[in-house]
Amino acid sequence: MIAIIDYGAGNIFSVKNALDYLGFENKLTDKKEDIEKADAIILPGVGAFPWAMNMLGLSGLIDTIKEQAKIKPFLGICLGMQLLFEKSYEFEECKGLGLIGGYVDKINEPDLVIPHMGWNKLVYNHDCPLFDGLGDDEYVYFVHSYKAFCDNKNLYAYCEYGSKVPAVVSDGRYIFGCQFHPEKSGKTGLKILENFAKMSQEVK
Amino acid sequence: MLAKRIIPCLDVRDGKVVKGVNFEGIKEVGDPVECAYEYNLQGADEIVFYDITASHEGRGVMLDVVRETAKKVFVPLTVGGGIKTVDDIRDTLRAGADKVSVNSQAVQNPQLIKDGADIFGCQCICVGVDAKKVGDNKWTVYINGGRVDMRMDLIDWVKKCEQLGAGEICLNSIDTDGVRGGFDLPMLKAVCSAVKIPVIASGGAGKLSDFADAFLETDCSAALAASLFHFKELTVQQVKDDCRSKGIIVR
Repeated sequence: MIAIIDYGAGNIFSVKNALDYLGFENKLTDKKEDIEKADAIILPGVGAFPWAMNMLGLSGLIDTIKEQAKIKPFLGICLGMQLLFEKSYEFEECKGLGLIGGYVDKINEPDLVIPHMGWNKLVYNHDCPLFDGLGDDEYVYFVHSYKAFCDNKNLYAYCEYGSKVPAVVSDGRYIFGCQFHPEKSGKTGLKILENFAKMSQEVK
Repeated sequence: MLAKRIIPCLDVRDGKVVKGVNFEGIKEVGDPVECAYEYNLQGADEIVFYDITASHEGRGVMLDVVRETAKKVFVPLTVGGGIKTVDDIRDTLRAGADKVSVNSQAVQNPQLIKDGADIFGCQCICVGVDAKKVGDNKWTVYINGGRVDMRMDLIDWVKKCEQLGAGEICLNSIDTDGVRGGFDLPMLKAVCSAVKIPVIASGGAGKLSDFADAFLETDCSAALAASLFHFKELTVQQVKDDCRSKGIIVR
């Protein structure tokens, strides 16, 4: 079972719909036991960083997430990816989960439209099991105004929007993050979710 | 670089896809969930449902359509038509839409754009604008499906929408809509240079090259069409192949 953490953030149903469509058992949950029992965890998210950290704090799940992300496949989506980093400067400096080194700050491109919204092309930086079966010309759907700043070793794919925008990050083990929405990225996004879900079965 | 988007639009009334010419002469053409799924297979970058249901009960039917579509279509969904309040926006997004499109209601109550953008984020507020030419490089905004002239300057209005927090503008030309002679390029150019937010071209696509022409001659981010795709005269894939062969970046 894949636990989709429900801490009041938007768009969790589309993640669930995508996993249902792919035929992977999943559960929307805010319970510690479900997260501990799960074969893999997805942390979705739409909204502002401080608000999301606050909601996660109130749910009492932060320690569970930090501990479980080290022993089973974990995928943060959009804001859920940004929460993996050490801190963010959205509105105010705010501590993140600190599972991957780096921080989150505004996309600073005065000549470009912010939010970065639409289909952009993945540029691969390191091999990653999430990319199994993908071609060279894959587009995914982004909606965000802040981006991650991290070491090259954690940057698995990016896209070009003025400068490099981290698209897929990982600690090189079980922790993954997608800045884009795989659940809204057509066939490419479903393939990425399927690759993630399969990883959970291999670990099991 | 963002890919240019091709967006099929489905006009829905009481849960059925319908199609009219010049806003009139409506006929039924199919099941919206099936149509959306078919467009998804063709490579649509986004799908728009435009709800033309008049009754309040019909709104629930529309939300069911969105809910069912979201179970099998994994590209962004936009719902327009009949969205009057922040609660309507919330219900529509909760049903599985990624964006809402507000039109007449935004003209009558511009605060709806601001409230929607403040609460849900500007990325999910698209403002649909119907406009008609009144002189050289001058257009006015219409509401109620192109029936009522608000005598309001188009350029002033789109700038105001941007200021209020609109995430994008879907620009429909009443002059070219249903005529199938191509998008209204002068109007598109004028709006694209007035705002920074993405502009979707709507109204007038009649042949394959109309889409590439809009992308090559204006800065629009997306092009939307309804009947051309409904009646299977063109597929989304054919449009994209044509754009790609002309050097336009598409998914």
